[in-house]
Amino acid sequence: MGLLENIIIIAYLATLGYLGFVGYKQTKNSADYLIAGGNTHPFVMALSYGATFISTSAIVGFGGVAAWLGNSLLWLTFCNIFIGIFVAFVFLGNPTRKLGVRLNAHTFPELLGKRFNSKFIQVFGGVLIAFFMPLYAAAVLIGGTQFLVVYFNTDYHMALLVFSIIITGYVLAGGLKGVMLTDALQGVIMFVAMIFLLFMVFNAVGGVDAGFSKLSMVWDKTVASLASVDMKSLKPGSPDFMMKLSMKWGFQGWDKMPLFLSEGWLFVITTITMGVGVGVLAQPQLVVRFMTVKSKNELNRAVLIGGVFIVAMTGIVFIVGSLTNVWYYEFNEGKNALQSAGGVGKVIPHFINVAMPKWFAFIFLFALISAAMSTLSSQFHTMGTAIGRDVFEQIGNKKYSSMAVTRVGIVLMIIVSVALAYVFDKQPAIIARSTAIFFALCASIFLPTYFGGLFWRRMTRKGAIASMIVGTAVTTFWLLFVHFQEAKELGICKMLFGANSLLSGKIIFVDAMIVALPLSILTAVIVSLITKQEDEQLIKKCFED
Amino acid sequence: MGSFDLGVGLAFWLMCGSVILCIVYGAINWNKDKEEKVLDTSSWDKDEDKINEEL
Repeated sequence: MGLLENIIIIAYLATLGYLGFVGYKQTKNSADYLIAGGNTHPFVMALSYGATFISTSAIVGFGGVAAWLGNSLLWLTFCNIFIGIFVAFVFLGNPTRKLGVRLNAHTFPELLGKRFNSKFIQVFGGVLIAFFMPLYAAAVLIGGTQFLVVYFNTDYHMALLVFSIIITGYVLAGGLKGVMLTDALQGVIMFVAMIFLLFMVFNAVGGVDAGFSKLSMVWDKTVASLASVDMKSLKPGSPDFMMKLSMKWGFQGWDKMPLFLSEGWLFVITTITMGVGVGVLAQPQLVVRFMTVKSKNELNRAVLIGGVFIVAMTGIVFIVGSLTNVWYYEFNEGKNALQSAGGVGKVIPHFINVAMPKWFAFIFLFALISAAMSTLSSQFHTMGTAIGRDVFEQIGNKKYSSMAVTRVGIVLMIIVSVALAYVFDKQPAIIARSTAIFFALCASIFLPTYFGGLFWRRMTRKGAIASMIVGTAVTTFWLLFVHFQEAKELGICKMLFGANSLLSGKIIFVDAMIVALPLSILTAVIVSLITKQEDEQLIKKCFED
Repeated sequence: MGSFDLGVGLAFWLMCGSVILCIVYGAINWNKDKEEKVLDTSSWDKDEDKINEEL
């Protein structure tokens, strides 16, 4: 590593330290520590929201999936922008912000708990976050650390330790202010790297039209030719096996949608597009961002910044992912991306190393490390507030300050997440699936209560609790016993019933959220209508200034 | 866009359309909500116990 690279790394770390210190200096009370005082700049808020949303796995993992399955993943980008930014900021942002101020709520579970005057809802939400988010955080930690290991040629455990200590420092000291300021810096780095990547890839494949128009030809030459090959003769997990599997699932090309209602179509639309695209609305670490600004103007401005940021992230990485097939075909002896890189998760790092100049690989490393750090810092903060403010403060002693309790909670949850990342450094399937599991759980459990809490005065505490319980039960059942990925990898169904899934056919490709969310919504509506309306005073407090 | 089929092409143009929607909405409403009351958060810490008591 050269002198210039060393200087850039030191400058980056020093800037993170400085921003953490700024957050620390500006943090005077628990509202500052938990929701950044409610006066965050829209640029910082939007970039923090986006950078938290986009982790390393969203760039590397989903980029690899785009190289495998193609541009049908652009449906997810559309949902990310339209639902995750436009709908979230325009329709949910301001009601969430106002409800938070009226109820003096500082966390997402606290917002729901106070809206329905229920300690159970707050504690249940906090426990859910504290139980499942560490798995999600461990997956992001492992992903970020593995890049450090490869680039700096260092020991995994040492890299993990250093990486965790750096993030712990600014999260612990600066609270949400520190987290959001560093997120904004990291978001800018990610944005610049992805714009560079797009231009360089189009340049490498001979231009926009030339690149896209070659996708069909490369599919025909490298994938369609596998049609006559028996799947049993291919090694499971090998590139040719994966490409053959995609054809079996109904995929017809990187520039085409899979056949309607085929396994591939259900996977792309229900698990990837709806599971992640809709699931984002109920992510606690993202919802709390709406409570960090002082008026609707900031949210309106953030729509513009957030929309551009997200298309530069997922839009570019999906397009680049599929176009890597063209580049590899032309420059690697007629092979496609998976055949050249060796696996879905290896495509983007391999492509950056062999197809891009060395200086860009260094910039891209920063973008990936920034993506991991921005997601992790927000996860650590959210988990800390969940275990500290939402669980400990509600069921334990209230004599300690919220800030102190949250700081202890953050340290505790970081230790748990890092321990998971230490133990599971070989990335067992359960860790790799934890993002999807967390998104499905959050959507099914929180979404009806969150929407009802914001927009439906008639929704009752009993309706909210029943909906959360049904959402939890159905999602857990579907993940453990039905869905083709989670049920198989968790192994409980196999252990109890001798089969990977209790059901068979295309239904096992349907995401847990698609089944659980309608049932939890229905439960919320029915139970609310048959139970006594909430106290008028509480409703006034929630909805009137 | 090259050889995109209807489904992928629709996703691509909806993606572009939603970005434009975000840009236009953000630009038009950049400073439009001046009339909305900015809720006071300055006394949060001081009033926290009182608010919790009321709830």
